[in-house]
Amino acid sequence: MVEVSVLAAPRGAGRGISWPRVAGYAAMALAVIVVGMPLFWMLSGSLKTTQEVFSFPPAWLPASPRWSNYADAWQAAPFGRFYVNSLIIMIAGTAIKMANAICTAYALVFLRFPGKNLIFLVILAGLMVPEQVTILPNYVTLSDVFGQSWINTYQGIILPGAAIAFGTFLLRQTFRGLPREVIEAAKLDGCNHLRLLWDMVIPMSRASVVTVTLLVAVSKWNEYLWPLVITTTEQMRPLTVGLTYLVNRESNTQWGQVMAATVFVIVPLLIVFAFAQKLVIEGVTAGATKG
Amino acid sequence: MQGRASLATHATVDAAPHALPAITRRRAFWRTEWFLFVLFVAPNLFFFSVFSFWPIIYSAWLSFHRWDLIAPVKQYVGIENYRYLLYDDVFHKVLLNTLTYTIGAVGGTLLLGLLLALLLNQPLRWRDGARAVIFAPSLLSGAAISVVWIYMFDPRFGVIARLLSFAHLSSPTWLTDPDWAMPAVLIVSIWKDLGFATVIFLAGLQAIPRDLYEAAKIDGAGAWWRFRSVTIPMLSPIVFFLGVTTILNTFQSFDIIQVMTKGGPVDATNTLIYYVYQEGFVAFNAGRSSAASLVLFAIMLGVTLLQVRYGERKVHYG
Repeated sequence: MVEVSVLAAPRGAGRGISWPRVAGYAAMALAVIVVGMPLFWMLSGSLKTTQEVFSFPPAWLPASPRWSNYADAWQAAPFGRFYVNSLIIMIAGTAIKMANAICTAYALVFLRFPGKNLIFLVILAGLMVPEQVTILPNYVTLSDVFGQSWINTYQGIILPGAAIAFGTFLLRQTFRGLPREVIEAAKLDGCNHLRLLWDMVIPMSRASVVTVTLLVAVSKWNEYLWPLVITTTEQMRPLTVGLTYLVNRESNTQWGQVMAATVFVIVPLLIVFAFAQKLVIEGVTAGATKG
Repeated sequence: MQGRASLATHATVDAAPHALPAITRRRAFWRTEWFLFVLFVAPNLFFFSVFSFWPIIYSAWLSFHRWDLIAPVKQYVGIENYRYLLYDDVFHKVLLNTLTYTIGAVGGTLLLGLLLALLLNQPLRWRDGARAVIFAPSLLSGAAISVVWIYMFDPRFGVIARLLSFAHLSSPTWLTDPDWAMPAVLIVSIWKDLGFATVIFLAGLQAIPRDLYEAAKIDGAGAWWRFRSVTIPMLSPIVFFLGVTTILNTFQSFDIIQVMTKGGPVDATNTLIYYVYQEGFVAFNAGRSSAASLVLFAIMLGVTLLQVRYGERKVHYG
């Protein structure tokens, strides 16, 4: 297998049918089918009748798609409200995180300050504190913010995740790689720092900024543990938390409806990924390898 | 470097003859740049201090107390919470589970990820599409996909029972069987993290210089020997990086366990992170939960420092 990769042109060499190539395609198809199975099963299940869901052997596809599962799921819990909550958490959470990442990275690269490297290290140390270790103290902190309880509020859900180390780190790398002459020339022209940041540095590093924004937004959308802990009423739950309350282990879960509800959570991500696939994969690779 | 370069430029600017004495002007200038720096960095530092650093201190303090999260008084109990963990059978099981889970997830993810990367490194058509499908699970909500997997694992009407029936095997009851719950959770974890490992391995494979293979070929090395003497050594920094990342991910893996098994049955899938949550927010033992969370933190810090010590700057290309 290694031999092929060394000798052949990287793409579509098309030298007719050869045994290793057939095996390669078969293995690739198998991998895609195995990895894609849960997504297929979710979509197929979301269109099955109750009877089809509970029969064995299960049908691969429903006899006729039952679209009403989606309407029923939407009614089974306040999914409209869950969507609003998830969107608020994602948009506000991403905005505040990105503002922090961009400003900190800019300051670390383009502004002079004594002990800058030490400050960078302190921010990197934030990477070492896993969110899971902080939930209980943060819960206590937010239960009394100057005499007010922030539990079950949007600010309570969002603010503990406002700081960002990973994105700061990545953007700092990008900003350092920008052509220095252009920046210096703008400075000499009397460009102040806010304009420099907004009109030059951000547009010049657009790819990195977009990638980090996407990754942050995805992680916000998927957030589960913290919203689970900090929300106490159904009205405040995001999609991820709201969905899991539909699964009833003891009695028979209405799987058709639950799969439809899962589609609500997962499909927006799949759509974004379908469009930004290259960007996301390149971003993840860069984050991992350009340490 | 950057700092020095900009310093030089500003020095020239400041040296330009103007009406104001140079020293005053420089001082004013410095003040605004410092001010802007503080303005830009302070929010990030503030949120880290309040919601990341303070919790460690507070947890450490709380771990020497007994508290139910409600009572006005937190009773000092010394090292009682740690002693409890030291002798508690459940906690021992939790540590063992965490170890099993970590080794299983790291082994499975890295091995399958490497195989898939080697496959996708071949000149096959549609391999970018395949890479996208394989990567997709790592972006999806762990809670949501766990719901799908519960449905798939159902021994009465699930698709996995169906697949097993093709091989004339009867399905275990997976999530309600103490022997099968951990493998089930592991399968989901590996499925979810696999795409990330594949993509990173792939980047690593593509960064290996071709002439190394050519040289090995001239020396008469066969395909397998070239794999062992070129691919594996060149990939070792990536193996290390992915190993550490997967360990840290696994330690923090909460969604899958909470949704699929809630740590059960009979604590069969109760891992350290789940124990922290359960003691804190289900059993309301804030002290014990804090003590366990510090154990978790200490282990993760150890793993991270290991990476900084041995892995730093070994992985770089592009």
